[in-house]
Amino acid sequence: MFSTLKAPLEPSLSLAERLAALTSVSACYQCKKCSGGCPLTFAMDFYPDQVIRLALLGQEDQVLGCRTIWVCSSCETCTTRCPNQIDIAGVMDWLKEEALRRGFASPQPGVTRFHQTFLDTVRLAGGRLSEPLLLGLYQLRSGGTIAKLKSGALTADLRMAWELARRRRLVPRLPHRLKGVKEIKDIFANAAKQEKP
Amino acid sequence: MKVSYYPGCSLEGTAIDYAASIGGVSRHLDLELAELEDWNCCGATAAHSTNHQLSLALPARNLAIAEAAGRDVVVPCALCFNRLKVAEKALQGPEGAHLGVSYQGGIKIWDLLDYLSQDAYLKDLAPKVVKPLTGLKAVGYYGCMVARPPAVTDKKDAENPQNLERLLKVLGAEPIDWSFKTDCCGAGLAVARPDIIDTLVQRLYERALRTGAECLVVSCQMCQANLDMPQKRISKAFGKDYYLPVFYFTELIGLALGHPEVKKWLAGHLVDPLPLLEKLGFRF
Repeated sequence: MFSTLKAPLEPSLSLAERLAALTSVSACYQCKKCSGGCPLTFAMDFYPDQVIRLALLGQEDQVLGCRTIWVCSSCETCTTRCPNQIDIAGVMDWLKEEALRRGFASPQPGVTRFHQTFLDTVRLAGGRLSEPLLLGLYQLRSGGTIAKLKSGALTADLRMAWELARRRRLVPRLPHRLKGVKEIKDIFANAAKQEKP
Repeated sequence: MKVSYYPGCSLEGTAIDYAASIGGVSRHLDLELAELEDWNCCGATAAHSTNHQLSLALPARNLAIAEAAGRDVVVPCALCFNRLKVAEKALQGPEGAHLGVSYQGGIKIWDLLDYLSQDAYLKDLAPKVVKPLTGLKAVGYYGCMVARPPAVTDKKDAENPQNLERLLKVLGAEPIDWSFKTDCCGAGLAVARPDIIDTLVQRLYERALRTGAECLVVSCQMCQANLDMPQKRISKAFGKDYYLPVFYFTELIGLALGHPEVKKWLAGHLVDPLPLLEKLGFRF
């Protein structure tokens, strides 16, 4: 896995110092229990213990650009089992947010787009999620509709949507509009301008 | 007993069948669920993955509403429960001052399964069972978010929870212990990376079948969706013919109590549980 490193390691402390405000990353002694219990390693480019190690070594481009942070399902097994109480799943979240802020291209654009579309949908609908709006917007933003149509993937999606719709589980209507819609707007506006420590 | 109820967005949508079974069963158990006034989305995985501040401020608003209502709050969605617990901890720490609400921590946040499997409820439930689920071989599948991480959820048995099994025994079913009850189903990756779901869920099917189970029982609508909706697709991809109905635990309570609407709830599933139940002698 480390063979994917493209440059010699140049330790830099700033990333580790910033992460230290979140959790005790420097306590990692590389027991690899996080990776041992992680159900998603088959889809990752770095194992979770390698992400922690690379972060400690200040390898910002590696950890902020890696696939691992985006395919992590946040199941929290690593955080639960770490013998040094490192919030590893929390580190994955922190790295995703930092990667977005610094404009790293996501190696999992679909996953990233899904998260962003989810939050846009909640904001647009005034505080609650509309699942049909989320799925429609996600499909639109993902593009490639013709290719999906040709491969049969779109037909499968539409068939599933129909199966849910006829069970009244996917009804094209907006959620109930909240009285606190202004509060929700403020929460989103405030979160958009927050700077991390 | 009257408690506050935070359903979460998907119980108004794709998990409307779960919501219906909760409503039906709670009336049988003398549990009054008072829906929180004007609740909002907890932000889910999308918020905690991309905006820490948002991931705390959204659930914090719900907690402030719940505290003003003055009752413990019961949450059927595993992730909503988890996010409310994260916000609870944040509100009581240094970040609390930046979340726009005040919260003293005077109420308890419960996940629905924990709430309904308290000793008092199980004792109350036992004599009400009119159709015991005899012969129903089931594995309980808790998923991730009601249990982990224990520093957030305050659960003592995060690695090997037992309350679903205890409940199933009271209902007369045959819960089978297995090692994968808190393994991940892939959760919110379902839309962007369905291939990941297929890999994880196929493993769970195989492991469940190996124990002799004929169905899975869940308390999380995301788990239900990921285990139920793609079953045909996964069968096709792996050259198998899986048949594993995925019940909400509340549907099984309803079944054992002889609730008249159970068939309607089960009609929401993509894997039809009726053949299994009819084999066991249930008539609808």
